[in-house]
Amino acid sequence: MSEQLTADVTIDSRGAGCPGPLMDLIGKVKTADSGTVFELQTSDRGSVTDVPEWVEKAGHELVETVEHDDYWSIYVQKS
Amino acid sequence: MTRIVIVGGGTGGTVLANRLVENLEHEVDAGEVEVTLVNDSPDHVYKPTYLYVPFGKKTAEDAVRPLADLVDRRVDLEINRVLDIDTDGETIELQDGHDKLSYDHLVLATGAKLVPEEVPGLVEGGHHFYGREGAEQLRDALADFDGGHLVLSVVGVPHMCPAAPVEFTLMADEWFRQRGIRDEVEITYTYPIMRLHGLEPVSDWMEPRFAERDINTETFFNAEAVDPEAGVVRSMEGEALDYDLLVAIPPHAGDDLVADSGLGDDGWVAVDRYTLEADHAENVYAMGDAADVPTSKAGSVAHYEADVIADRIASEVRGQPPTATFDGKTVCFIEAGMDEATFIEFDYEHSPAMRDESRPVHWAKLAYNETYWLTARGLL
Ligand SMILES: Cc1cc2nc3c(=O)[nH]c(=O)nc-3n(C[C@H](O)[C@H](O)[C@H](O)COP(=O)(O)OP(=O)(O)OC[C@H]3O[C@@H](n4cnc5c(N)ncnc54)[C@H](O)[C@@H]3O)c2cc1C
Repeated sequence: MSEQLTADVTIDSRGAGCPGPLMDLIGKVKTADSGTVFELQTSDRGSVTDVPEWVEKAGHELVETVEHDDYWSIYVQKS
Repeated sequence: MTRIVIVGGGTGGTVLANRLVENLEHEVDAGEVEVTLVNDSPDHVYKPTYLYVPFGKKTAEDAVRPLADLVDRRVDLEINRVLDIDTDGETIELQDGHDKLSYDHLVLATGAKLVPEEVPGLVEGGHHFYGREGAEQLRDALADFDGGHLVLSVVGVPHMCPAAPVEFTLMADEWFRQRGIRDEVEITYTYPIMRLHGLEPVSDWMEPRFAERDINTETFFNAEAVDPEAGVVRSMEGEALDYDLLVAIPPHAGDDLVADSGLGDDGWVAVDRYTLEADHAENVYAMGDAADVPTSKAGSVAHYEADVIADRIASEVRGQPPTATFDGKTVCFIEAGMDEATFIEFDYEHSPAMRDESRPVHWAKLAYNETYWLTARGLL
């Protein structure tokens, strides 16, 4: 299934220092249109829990989290 | 003749122009290479000065020097605004009185601009210290403020200088104490994610210090609208905060040129994080705040990137494969109040280690700000 997921916007935050993957995602979600699907690529394990927590709090949708060899792809749809 | 054109004479562009004429000294002297620096103002602005303006410790004039005094005389300085880039034809279009300028190597160092208007009510209801006028208005507002709720809200993501919001909050706390009105003031700091800072070690450093100083914190707070009349700031997450004085880190955007030239959809130039080469065009680099790399928008980053790009372009000019790369190195001082500071250093692979704040580091930060004018000239 995961190969079929297509994102409108891909955010490569692998190896991110400051501001970090979640901030990268928030920055892009803020200015995007409702319905936009984002793929956040992150090598930071913490993102796997932090991102869903924010997505829920802000009322967006967590589509799926896909684990790759050395990073995760977290798919989020803006509400 | 090889033409190297740099757009933007801020921290990154100025250091780069000076480095290039130094690295390519013989070629420049022989007339084989020309380095042109295009900036839309005759002034060079050193933005870190603005942090001190609201507290009356510096003036806005202290942030400005004529660009011509900072660049090597072998750099061809063009005061003009770049309106468009044709990355296929390898030319740039200038605002005033010129045919197009052609380039063999182009570097975008156009920085970040503030777009507070993106958040409804923020222009009318909020202050900031990220630009000249904002810093001066905030100085006046602070001078008049004798009590109430000060909210420092990090709204813009990404924003310049990861340290500045932390520094402002700790400096304001101490400033009110020194003026004997801290008991009349409530301070709240808001941040977009689940902790106090994007960098976890910085967040861990902040927590006990903010608690000790009675600074309230709100996390997962992304300001979405401000009601200036009611004095309320509302977040995307559904929270509302009353304020008497709102100081925001405003939303930022890249120059329109970036999106208009197809170099990055959201205004930041899409680049390879190591080589700093643009993803969507040949012979184009981007650096500093304009470049979309996964580290901070900080002057130190622009500075280290300038070294890398100068090296790479010098190799290309000499027909050698460029090998220099940027490892994400970032250094930031963090003021912990009015007379103590700490600093952090990190890169793509390493997170920062925190040190306790001290007076010598505070003096080192002030000394760095003074010697900046030599750094920009390429003398340090
Ligand atoms: C309050 C504050 C405090 C800060 N403190 C620190 C600190 O302590 N340490 C630190 O490392 N960093 C700090 N920074 C961040 C630092 O100032 C920036 O990261 C740095 O200036 C980035 O350099 P730059 O060359 O990318 O962009 P800039 O210095 O912003 O320069 C961009 C230049 O390009 C010009 N330009 C833009 N578009 C065009 C165009 N189309 N045509 C011609 N010219 C154009 C602009 O006029 C400007 O001169 C701070 C920033 C602020 C606001």
